[in-house]
Amino acid sequence: MKILVAVKRVADPNVKVRALADGSGVDLANIKMTMNPFDEIAVEEAVRLKEVGRANEIVVVSIGPEKSAETLRTALAMGADRGLLVRTDAVVEPLAVAKILKAVAEAERPDIIITGKQAIDDDANQTGQMLSALLGWGQGTFASKLVVGDKAIEVTREVDGGLQTVGLPLPALVTADLRLNEPRYASLPNIMKAKKKPIDERTPADYGVAVEPRLTVVRVHEPATRKAGIKVGSVGELVERLRMEAGVLR
Amino acid sequence: MTILVLAEHQDTQLDDATAKAISAAGRIGGEVHVLVAGSGCQAAAEAAAGLAGVARVLLADGPSLSNRLAEPVAALIVSLAGGYDAVLAPSTTSGRNILPRVAALLDVMQISDVVAIDGPDLFQRPIYAGNVIQTVRSTDAKKVLSVRASSFPAASVAAAAVPVEAVAIPENPGRSSFVRSELSRSERPELAGARIVVSGGRALSSAENFETVLAPLADTLGAAIGASRAAVDAGYVSNDLQVGQTGKIIAPDLYIACGISGAIQHLAGMKDSRVIVAINKDPDAPIFQVADYGLVADLFEAVPEFHAAVAEGAKA
Ligand SMILES: Cc1cc2nc3c(=O)[nH]c(=O)nc-3n(C[C@H](O)[C@H](O)[C@H](O)COP(=O)(O)OP(=O)(O)OC[C@H]3O[C@@H](n4cnc5c(N)ncnc54)[C@H](O)[C@@H]3O)c2cc1C
Repeated sequence: MKILVAVKRVADPNVKVRALADGSGVDLANIKMTMNPFDEIAVEEAVRLKEVGRANEIVVVSIGPEKSAETLRTALAMGADRGLLVRTDAVVEPLAVAKILKAVAEAERPDIIITGKQAIDDDANQTGQMLSALLGWGQGTFASKLVVGDKAIEVTREVDGGLQTVGLPLPALVTADLRLNEPRYASLPNIMKAKKKPIDERTPADYGVAVEPRLTVVRVHEPATRKAGIKVGSVGELVERLRMEAGVLR
Repeated sequence: MTILVLAEHQDTQLDDATAKAISAAGRIGGEVHVLVAGSGCQAAAEAAAGLAGVARVLLADGPSLSNRLAEPVAALIVSLAGGYDAVLAPSTTSGRNILPRVAALLDVMQISDVVAIDGPDLFQRPIYAGNVIQTVRSTDAKKVLSVRASSFPAASVAAAAVPVEAVAIPENPGRSSFVRSELSRSERPELAGARIVVSGGRALSSAENFETVLAPLADTLGAAIGASRAAVDAGYVSNDLQVGQTGKIIAPDLYIACGISGAIQHLAGMKDSRVIVAINKDPDAPIFQVADYGLVADLFEAVPEFHAAVAEGAKA
């Protein structure tokens, strides 16, 4: 069984990203970049499936600038077998990403594609669903559990009311949620080994996909920040203020 | 302009998120139609028909739509989309699951999690966990939008209901089947729409403490219970109670954060609350930077005391 995992290079989740003063975009200069946390979970799930003998090959793909090769290296160090960088300096919207991934999937013919449920930069939460639609596959989004059989998978999904489990015939697409697994740190020997694993390079044009954005960013700004209020001295004062001042308690 | 709103509902009952999505659709301008897709969902359709601003209600009631799996619901919306300039859904987990599928099939770039509508093709949406707001103009002829329910008021009840019309259901693409669901049952108000939320973090340190320390306060206040990711990951409470960037995004009148540090990802889910209270024993915890009222204290002492004080007030 072959698994394709899509990974994105994003700003580190612990960094507070700011808008540029002229409102044209966000300031990513000198900001630490890392693999999108949900994609790490996606890679980890694929590696575990390989470790238990369910999968025999893991291909990781990233669409982005040259530096995205570093993100692919991280995935290779975690246990993926080979990488594919679809190189572009353009901002690629989820719809175009899904189109490129569709072309990659048609060439690679994976049984399962795993993506993160959302990228923590644009927070769009679209790529997996769009890719699944374009391929005509079933989708198991926001997965917290994945059970892989020979011809089908069962995906337990985190939904607003609790959990929902769906069955999908293979090939199928899964998007990883936080509780699917806890990703490993790559060991030093594996990081060394990953340096020898192959990373192929292509461009969106090689797949005949136009990456021109459909959305024009008119302005980027920071929302009004909340001001810190006051520290109260006791529970009694807190309750009093919530009743009399804020009017939120009876 | 005609807009199709995908209703969020539980077959017998319409969710508040639908009423909020309808009012968001109204801000785009034009005629608003509501699609209720499910199995045995006539009651939800009738509720939608009674909301102000709704011109038509389309009912797609059939077994293939039970549990609202993405593949058949997306196929249904695509079959109807020809008559619409925009398709909109609340960004609930169901909307987030279905809508991008629709967008891809229509070759449209979806705009996710819209928090403000500045014109028929001009939308504001948060990026980077809400640290930045992006205003985008869509160049697609058709718009596909998910809207953050907590950013819009609910449509009110109309003087007269519009009729409910049945629509044809296309063949199920058959790429998915429902296996089971484990829905959390609770007597407490729904987290998404609660007026007061009492939320607990890692500091609660057990499921039992959520029940014995936090729940009495929540129940006396008639509040919903929420949690940080750390508390959910540790298994203290179920996943549907997670507040944050990747959990539920809420804006209650009063949010009481107990033993929550205030990570960016948590703040993303609650910083639009009207009044925020933080109880934390670390005076430097980042949660205090957004709290209107901060109490530096051990929650295991302060929360029971808080409960006693409001229980006393409730008696008086
Ligand atoms: C991709 C990604 C997505 C995420 N999504 C979310 C999300 O949606 N929601 C979310 O919440 N988090 C999310 N997180 C996690 C987030 O970064 C934090 O790790 C998490 O919110 C921390 O939870 P916490 O505040 O309960 O725990 P901690 O950060 O460990 O804080 C515990 C707090 O309790 C206080 N404390 C300890 N004992 C006591 C006591 N006896 N009395 C009072 N105070 C006490 C401590 O001072 C501390 O401030 C996400 C992270 C990533 C990387």
